[in-house]
Amino acid sequence: MTAEVWTVTFRVFRRKGAEAPHYDFFRLEVSPDEYVLDAIERIWAFHDRSLVYRYACHHATCGACGMRVNSVEKLTCITTIRSVARDGGEVTVEPLRNFPVISDLTVDMGDLYRSMEAVHYPAVSPVAAAPLPTIPAKDGISPGGPLREEPDAHRLNDCIECGLCVSACPIATTTAGYLGPAVLAAIQFQGISGKPALAGLADCEDGVWRCHSAYECTAVCPSLVDPGWRIMDLRKQAIGRRFRRLFGRGETA
Amino acid sequence: MSVQTRSPSRAAQWLNFPHRGVGMWAFAMNRLSALGLAVYLFLHLFLLRQLAEGPSAFDRFISLVRSPLFTLSEWVVVVGGLYHGLNGVRVILTSLGVAVPYQRQMFWILFGIAALGSLAFAIRMFTA
Ligand code: SF4
Repeated sequence: MTAEVWTVTFRVFRRKGAEAPHYDFFRLEVSPDEYVLDAIERIWAFHDRSLVYRYACHHATCGACGMRVNSVEKLTCITTIRSVARDGGEVTVEPLRNFPVISDLTVDMGDLYRSMEAVHYPAVSPVAAAPLPTIPAKDGISPGGPLREEPDAHRLNDCIECGLCVSACPIATTTAGYLGPAVLAAIQFQGISGKPALAGLADCEDGVWRCHSAYECTAVCPSLVDPGWRIMDLRKQAIGRRFRRLFGRGETA
Repeated sequence: MSVQTRSPSRAAQWLNFPHRGVGMWAFAMNRLSALGLAVYLFLHLFLLRQLAEGPSAFDRFISLVRSPLFTLSEWVVVVGGLYHGLNGVRVILTSLGVAVPYQRQMFWILFGIAALGSLAFAIRMFTA
């Protein structure tokens, strides 16, 4: 069996400092089953050592290699070239939106990380409590399976803080103050009942009510967080809380 | 090879919905129809004001609104209103946490109803 070889042109966003951005074109011979990140690394290794990009784990766990591939947010380490290009075609690779560009394909995600910390998003949680709204358990690996019965079993929480949802969100594009899908999802994950600080962050103009239901966060999230659903659930929680307060039943109700 | 570019404006970034999913289309059309309806409201009030200016103004007004161009514009208002109202039902339901995983299906059903409604109005308005 001979390996399939495609010729693909990578149109790569470049920008250094305050310089005006431009695109560089790199024609590469690739296997369609390689990942977009493999091609980026090869461009760096053999064509242009000044290309700045970020990655770490190569298996969708670290959330560092998020980029826009043909205008859609992807973890480039798990996006096959076959899924975004054709032989002889072109692929555009750009940095995430709604974050400041540090250099080329690398953006500053500091704000997101700080906000996630500010809402105390926990790194792990008990398997039994794993809220998996839209993904029914089909096998023993999924948290809906036998592991659920283990009282001490913990799992890493789904959100890998990759920022894809923030980049995809049309509201984050125009409203800098918007808390954004990842942070709101992190609040929903913990619930706002009995947590006035979290409730205050979520139930305000730049919290859940800023969302305009485009569901692009859910469409691009690589980690089954389903931020769109969580924002809507948080709205439900916020409305419930307001009703309880209206009838004089405070935080503990 | 290298090609200069400018960063797209934020408005242009909003228009990248052709690459996006159903939710983004629903949102973009909701915005567009909202803007259209808001403009319509002002036009409507502006034109209705003529009714207060006596019988001859009233007659002029009636002959104006009977023109085919006006009927077409009215139909566009109906289409915008139907879409915006029906999608509004979807937005309200999902905002209450109802049927969020089915927002896509809900969009298609309500969009279908809006399309059928627009067709029914078109038949009535243009064949009278
Ligand atoms: S919610 Fe999903 S897309 Fe957003 S940062 Fe977390 S893992 Fe990434």
